[in-house]
Amino acid sequence: MIVDINFVGLIIASIMASAVPLILASCGELITERSGVLNLGVEGMMIIGAISGFALMTVTGSLIIAVLGAMLAGVLISTIFAFLTQTLITNHVATGLALTIFGIGISAMIGKNFVGIPGKEFPVLFEGLKDTIPLLSPILFGHSIVFYFAFALPFITSYFLKKTKIGLIVRAVGDSPESASNQGINVRFVRYACILYGGAMCGLAGAYLSMIYTPQWIENMTGGRGWIALALVVFSTWNPIKILIGAMIFGGLTIIQFHMQAIGVRIPVQFLTALPYIVTIIVLVVISRDSRKIRLSTPSSLGKSFHKDN
Amino acid sequence: MIKIVKRDQPSKAIFFFTPVLAIFLTLIAGGIIFYILGFKPFEALKFFFIVPIADKYGFSELLLKATPLCLIAIGLSFCFKSNNWNIGAEGQLTFGAIVSGGVALLFYDQEGFYILPIVILAGAIGGMIYASIPAILKTYFNTNEILVSLMLVYVSKLILDYLVVGPWSNPEGFNFPETRQFSDSARLPLLFEGLRIHAGIFLALAAVVISWFVFYKTYLGFQMKVSGFSLKTAKYAGYKGKKMIILVFLISGACAGLAGVGEITGPIGQLHREVSPDYGFTAIIVAFLGRLHPVGIILASLVVAITYLGAETAQIFMQIPKYTGQVFQGMILFFLLASDYLLFFKFKFIGSKK
Repeated sequence: MIVDINFVGLIIASIMASAVPLILASCGELITERSGVLNLGVEGMMIIGAISGFALMTVTGSLIIAVLGAMLAGVLISTIFAFLTQTLITNHVATGLALTIFGIGISAMIGKNFVGIPGKEFPVLFEGLKDTIPLLSPILFGHSIVFYFAFALPFITSYFLKKTKIGLIVRAVGDSPESASNQGINVRFVRYACILYGGAMCGLAGAYLSMIYTPQWIENMTGGRGWIALALVVFSTWNPIKILIGAMIFGGLTIIQFHMQAIGVRIPVQFLTALPYIVTIIVLVVISRDSRKIRLSTPSSLGKSFHKDN
Repeated sequence: MIKIVKRDQPSKAIFFFTPVLAIFLTLIAGGIIFYILGFKPFEALKFFFIVPIADKYGFSELLLKATPLCLIAIGLSFCFKSNNWNIGAEGQLTFGAIVSGGVALLFYDQEGFYILPIVILAGAIGGMIYASIPAILKTYFNTNEILVSLMLVYVSKLILDYLVVGPWSNPEGFNFPETRQFSDSARLPLLFEGLRIHAGIFLALAAVVISWFVFYKTYLGFQMKVSGFSLKTAKYAGYKGKKMIILVFLISGACAGLAGVGEITGPIGQLHREVSPDYGFTAIIVAFLGRLHPVGIILASLVVAITYLGAETAQIFMQIPKYTGQVFQGMILFFLLASDYLLFFKFKFIGSKK
């Protein structure tokens, strides 16, 4: 059997494309968690981003407004979470769940008028270079700007956390809010900022789904990707570079599913669809088994409220 | 001038008052949302919260929807009290429905008094098996139970889908995604002629009584509360932490599984694609709104059940999108959590000094 090398390149590129929303959401959530906040509302923020992006694109016709608007919508919805958990000191887990339930409901409500409307074509970069290098061309060229941003983001995030002063502050707040506070850092402000940033990235991830990946609005179109993104953060042991690896594995599972069906493998489609979820569980088990390693890499104050007594 | 002061200890009165406050605030916010959407707020709220339960049929529907919510929330209260975040009750419900439905299908052409108890038991066991997965992974592999129980929800729905489309689909059913009808002996009896409320409500009431007894009258209930309050204390007192985790997951899995039994053996009488309109997730809100207290959970399940009915009525009569129900559910939880602030802090009015 002769395998066309460009076909292999195309498959890799499609795996990367399906990894994009996971990378964006995970990297956003990673910053939030590094500051000590566990936001389980990723799925809700993503779906809000998806409908906001699609609705704004349809109404205004501007892709830039739509993408930025989706990020803003993510910020706005995460502000609710930030206000509740940071100002009113509510439980992170319960508040995040509420955010997801609320987000799915609100998005379906807004999206009612946008079902069945065709999306717009999103411009791609370097399209002229598509046939220059075998194998590599389809991987490197002809993608949206969000695609390139997503693959740069883990490296930017890693640099930010390790090498910049603000990154150091975020880590300090997550690992020891008391000492950070004693150093004169405004813990609540830093956490607000990290939550809102996470919201923006989840909003962008949602917009990528509804505007670029499958350009249309479908109810509940995030389909659990937000939860997989949360699992990826654990998988990465809070290391952004490993998010890239994890997201590629999950992207791969999604794509394999299509190709297995296409070449007529006789496995029930439901089993293939369930694969990413089952693999997530297996991966979580393998990663978490070493409790010492998990304890060392988890931000120490993750999910715990911090309140400076007044 | 108003100053915020920390309370010396959480206020007990406010603990039970804030759920009421949360519901009230949700109604106001809901009215505002209706207004923004271009509906008359009061009329919309009336169609949402009063019209659906104004007659006998509506009241029966309310109990029908409140039953699974109450049952699941009771189970979840065991988990939440002991600090175990089982958020996959929807999956445990689905798997319970699959197992009990499978057993019911074995008896599809038989009658007999023994069939229903076996079907009910099968549902409880199915839920327990499914809940034991996150419990065992948490205790022995240190795996996060939130993510595992949630991933299993998706898996359970796909298993159900596979079964009703494939091997279990009704051979005479023209390829509809549903199984055969169960025999009458495998059905929970309806309580009143012409109404859909069925005997499953007694399962929920039994769960309420048993949970009240366990929480407040047994050593086990005490251990649960202590573990929820402080794991360190529980360890120090020598409680068997791992056994406790598995036990509370099994209890909540059994309850969710029973809710699944009620959904398929009640008015419907067969397995089909959508056994539950997210009761398992909504029950999380019910558990919190009811303050993890058995009586509170009964009341909360009735309140939240209205949002299901109201969403349907409002859609029919006012073309208000049905997802408003979910929006209300999310808001109730937001407001409840927010008003918990009053548990620990109070506002003090201080005359301005000159």
